[in-house]
Amino acid sequence: MAVLAPILGRLAKALITLLAIAVLNFFLIHAAPGDPAVVLAGEAGAADEQMIAQLRERFGLDQSFHVQLGSYVWNIVQLDFGYSFRQGAPVLDLILERLPATLILTLTAFVISLTLGIALGVAASARVGKASDSVLTTLALLFYATPLYWAALMAVLVFSVELGWLPGFGYETVGAGYSGLARIWDVIKHLILPASTLGLFFMAVYMRMTRASMLEVAQMDFVKTARAKGLSGPVIRRRHILRNAILPVVTLAGLQAGQLVGGAVLTETVFAWPGIGRLMFESLAARDYNTILGVFLVSAAMVIVFNILTDLVYRLVDPRIGARA
Amino acid sequence: MIRRFASNKGAVIGVLILLIVIGLALSADLLFPRGPWAMVQRPFLVPFTMDGFPLGTDTLGRDVAAGLVHGARVSLLVGLVSTIVALAIGVPLGAVAGFYGGWADEGAMRFTEFFQTIPNFALAIVLVAILEPTLTSITSAIAIVSWPPVARLVRAEVMAVKRREYVDAARLAGLSNFRILTGEVLPNTVSPIIVMASLMVATAILLESSLSFLGLGDPNAMSWGYMIGAARTVIRSAWWLSFFPGVAILVTVLALNLIGEGLNDALNPHLSRKGTA
Repeated sequence: MAVLAPILGRLAKALITLLAIAVLNFFLIHAAPGDPAVVLAGEAGAADEQMIAQLRERFGLDQSFHVQLGSYVWNIVQLDFGYSFRQGAPVLDLILERLPATLILTLTAFVISLTLGIALGVAASARVGKASDSVLTTLALLFYATPLYWAALMAVLVFSVELGWLPGFGYETVGAGYSGLARIWDVIKHLILPASTLGLFFMAVYMRMTRASMLEVAQMDFVKTARAKGLSGPVIRRRHILRNAILPVVTLAGLQAGQLVGGAVLTETVFAWPGIGRLMFESLAARDYNTILGVFLVSAAMVIVFNILTDLVYRLVDPRIGARA
Repeated sequence: MIRRFASNKGAVIGVLILLIVIGLALSADLLFPRGPWAMVQRPFLVPFTMDGFPLGTDTLGRDVAAGLVHGARVSLLVGLVSTIVALAIGVPLGAVAGFYGGWADEGAMRFTEFFQTIPNFALAIVLVAILEPTLTSITSAIAIVSWPPVARLVRAEVMAVKRREYVDAARLAGLSNFRILTGEVLPNTVSPIIVMASLMVATAILLESSLSFLGLGDPNAMSWGYMIGAARTVIRSAWWLSFFPGVAILVTVLALNLIGEGLNDALNPHLSRKGTA
C-alpha cells in the first residue's frame, strides 16, 4: 500500500490534467474562426447540411455556453472524441488503430536515447578535457542544434537512397507477406532510422546532462573517501558517482518525454510511419480539427503515462524516495 | 565579464555567425531585390553549376539562396519576439509566485505545471492550426509553449534573493513590496534569465521551422522550415533543396547555443569550467 498510495495520487492528478485539457480543447474550438459545427465537420467539404445540423444538436450549440462545455467534456470522459468526416470513422478508432506504431517508435527512441546518452556522458566525463571528450561534447552540441525532421530527411537520403541499407518509408514492406520472425525483423529494419533520428536530439540532451552531473558529483566528499579507501577509478565511477549522478538525468528524461511524443509528429511525417503523429499531420492539411484535438489529448495522456513510468524507475534507482513518500 | 565571454572561443564564433546571419537578413532586399518567391531560372537547377545561382533553384525555379536570406528574417524575428513574449508571461508570474508565496505561489505553480505536462510541440501545432497560420499566431503559439521554464526559474531565483539582508534593509526603509520586488529583487535575477533567453531564441527558431515544415508557416513569409517541407517529396532527385535550409537552421541554432553557454560561463563564473549542461 505504501508503494501504491503515491501512484494513486499521481493518477488522480493525471485525470484532473486530462479534464483540464478537454476544457482547453473546447475553448480552442470556439476560438477558431467560424461556426464551431462547421469547424468540427472539417473544411474539406466532407460534411453536408444534415451532418452539420446533427452536430449542432449533439453539441447543443443552441444552448448556453456552460451546457455546451459540460456536454463536450462529458463526451470526452466517455472516450467519445467525435467523428472524423474526413476519414469516415470515429476519431477514437483512428487513434487506437495507430497508437501501437507510435508507442513502439517513441519507446524505442526513449530507450536508445537514454542508454546511449548516459553511456556517452559517462565516457566523456571519464576523459574530461581530453580529445575524445571534446569530440563527444562537440557532437552533442551539433545534434542539439539539428532540426529533428531534417536529420530524418538526411538519414533517408544517406542510408536509404544512396547506400540502400535500410528502408526509409513505412512500417513494414508492403505486400511482402512476411510472418513470424521475418516480419519482426522487417519491422525492426523499418524502425531503425525513425527511432534513431527521433532519439538523436534527446541523446544529446541526456549526454550533456550526464556529463555535467557526473563531474559535479565527482567533487563531493564521499567520492574522496572512496578514493582514499583505495577503490579503483572505474569502481568509484560506477558504484559511487553514477548512482548519484543519474538521478537528475532520469528526472529530466521524464520531463522531456512530452517533447519526444511531439517530435514523433515530425519523424512519422518524414518516414510515413503509420502512428498518431502521421495522423495529426494528415489531419492538418484536411483541417480535421476533431482528429487533431483527439490526437492532442491522447499524446498528453501518453506524456502523463511516461511521467508516471519514470517516477517508478526513479523509485527503483533511489529507494530513499519510496521511503520518504 | 566581457573579457571572460571573449575568452570563450565557442561563444565568439557564435557571435560572429549570428552577426553574419543578422547582416544577411537585414540586407535581404538589397541582395535579392526580386524577393524569395520570384521564379528566376529553370526549375531543379543543380547548385554550383550556374553563375548567380550558387545554391540552385527549387521545384518552381525560385532561387534557393534568395529563399535562405529572406527566410533568415522570419526565423530571427519569430525567435526573438516569441522569446520576449514568453519572458513577459513567465517573469511576472514567477516573480509574484516566488515573492509572495502562499496561495499565489500555489496557484501560479499549478498553472505552470499544467502547461509543462502538455506536450509543447503538439500544443503549438494545435494552436497554429486552429488560429490559422500567420506570423502573429505562430509567434504567440511558441511563446505560449515556452514560458513555463522561465516562470520556474524566476520563482526559484526570487525565492533565493528575497531572503538576503539588503531586502530586509529595503523593507525597513519602508519600501513597498512592489518597489522591493521590481527595484531590489528582480535586477539580481537578470543574469540567469539572460542565459535562458538566449537558449530560448534557439529553441523558438527550431519550433518555428518545425511548424512551417509541417505546412503551418505563414503563407506570405518564406521560411527555412517551409523550404524543407516543400522539398521533402523530391528529396531523391533534389537533395540540395532540403540540405541548405537545414544547414542554415543548424548553424543559426548552434550559434545561439554557443552564445548561451558563453554567457552562462561569463555571468556565473563559479559554475564555469565544470561543463554545465
